[in-house]
Parts: sequence; structure tokens; C-alpha cells
Amino acid sequence: MDNQIRADRVTRFIDTLNQAKELGLTVTETTECSLTLCLPYNEKIIGNPDTGVIHGGAITTLMDTTSGSLMLCALEVFELCPTLDLRVDYMRPAEPHKPVYARAEVYRMTRNIIFTRCEAYQEGGETVANCVGTFMRIGPQALPKAYREKITGGPV
Amino acid sequence: MTDPEILKYTRETGDFSRLINSVPYAKFIGLECDQFGDDLIFRLPAKDQNLGNPVLPAIHGGVIGGFMELSAAIYLMLAQETVRMPRIVNFSLDYLRAGLDRETYAECKLTRQGNRVANVMITAWQKSRSKPISTARAHFLLED
Repeated sequence: MDNQIRADRVTRFIDTLNQAKELGLTVTETTECSLTLCLPYNEKIIGNPDTGVIHGGAITTLMDTTSGSLMLCALEVFELCPTLDLRVDYMRPAEPHKPVYARAEVYRMTRNIIFTRCEAYQEGGETVANCVGTFMRIGPQALPKAYREKITGGPV
Repeated sequence: MTDPEILKYTRETGDFSRLINSVPYAKFIGLECDQFGDDLIFRLPAKDQNLGNPVLPAIHGGVIGGFMELSAAIYLMLAQETVRMPRIVNFSLDYLRAGLDRETYAECKLTRQGNRVANVMITAWQKSRSKPISTARAHFLLED
């Protein structure tokens, strides 16, 4: 699987997630063990109207989506892995009117559990938030074949 | 949120609509809040745009997180005499069950309030309160 295939898979996957579409998430970069998604600035997701800073919930969704979609890059066979838990540390408010990126990587994978880390940052590299997560592997069979084919773009 | 008048109005009337309308993200996910005596119950009515997993279908885990986080901030703001949105330090979230495409509720509890930091526990459920879909813990910074 090359990076183009990975990016196409992730794009098709996040296109099926209403909330990800609503936020306008797009794929920035994929590798075999990492994924970067972009959250554009939008006035609809402001959490503090005085400063125009977006709400942490939008960043949580960005990081959950990035960490959860990472499995499409890290696993040959598409499995949807439900989130078990997330721990988010906020480093600084995201600067308004600029996109936020989240880069996630798998740092340990077992038969049952996938451990991820994710960093949300803005242009210039300032960290906005860090997140560690665990995801449960429920196996490819947990999803209908038609849905898996839609995401992988071919027979599974 | 610097409008003390809105906060005063909310405290006096128990009507959260003006407060919620002043926070764009609250409207974005559709958060609502009802007051019963001293207790606040936060509600997130079913909304197509909040879905993640299309197969179940289920609410996006991030939206559940955002709902709980914002509930905790509003709860804390009302519990104190502050007019500022409390600043979140961190947030730890356990997903216990899939959040199905139906109304979700959340309740907050101030576990500990120090001089500078508050610890808030949040529980979210759907059909039955005894079957939470998620529990979370958040730390907020109280000082400027």
C-alpha cells in the first residue's frame, strides 16, 4: 500500500463521517505509521466569542478522527476501531483564523488494542494540544462488506 | 461571554438559551441545558451532522467529548461567580458504550475546587442513566 492509496482510503472514510465533513477535515499527509489531518478555521466552532478561539471539542474531534483513521494507514485490512479512551492535554489556545493540524501515530499495536499519540499544532509548529488514545480492535468482520469495499475502493 | 448580564439573566431565570446562543460551538453541536432546582442537566438532541460511524449509526466520539467538555465549562461558570469561560487544562474521556443516534444527556460534578484549579467529573448517558455511554474528568484553570 503506498501513501496515495492510504490518503484515498482515509479521504473516503472521513467522507462517511458526518461530523468530520461538517468540520471540513481533509487529509494533509499519510505514511505507513502516521496520519495528518487538517481542521480549517470556522466561525461556527468558536468556543470563546471574545477571542474567536475555537472550542476544545472541535480539537478533540479532530484528534479522535485522526487517531481513529490512522488504522487505515497502519493496517492492511480495513478495521474500524472504536475509541476506548482519550486523554487530551491543552497546551495553548489555537490561534484564530488559522487551520489546526493533527498528526497521529501508532506506538504500540497488539491483537486487541492499538495505542496512539497525537499532536495538534498550527503553522510554525506551535503545539496546541497533545492526545493519547487507545482503540479496540474488533476485527474487519464487524463491518458490512459493502462498507469496507467503499472505503478500500475494491473487493475485500 | 464577558457579558455579565447574560450570566445574571441565566442564573436568575434558569433559561440557558441566551448563554448557549453566545457560544457558536454550543449551537454547532446543538447543546441545550435545563435546570431542575440546583441541578443542571445538559442535553444533546439527536442531529445528523453529529454522527461519526455511519454503520451503527453512532454519534462521533469527538462530539460526545466536546459536549461533555462544554457542559463542564458552563457548569463551572455557573457554580462560580465568574463571567469568564474557565480555561481547560486537560480532559480524560472513557468511552463505555456506543452513543447511538438519539438524545444524549450529561451531568457534572465538582469533585474538587482549589484556589487555582477545579476538577470536574462528567457522566453522559442516553436511554438509561444507569448505563452511561461515557465518563470524563476535566481540569480547569480558574485564575486569569
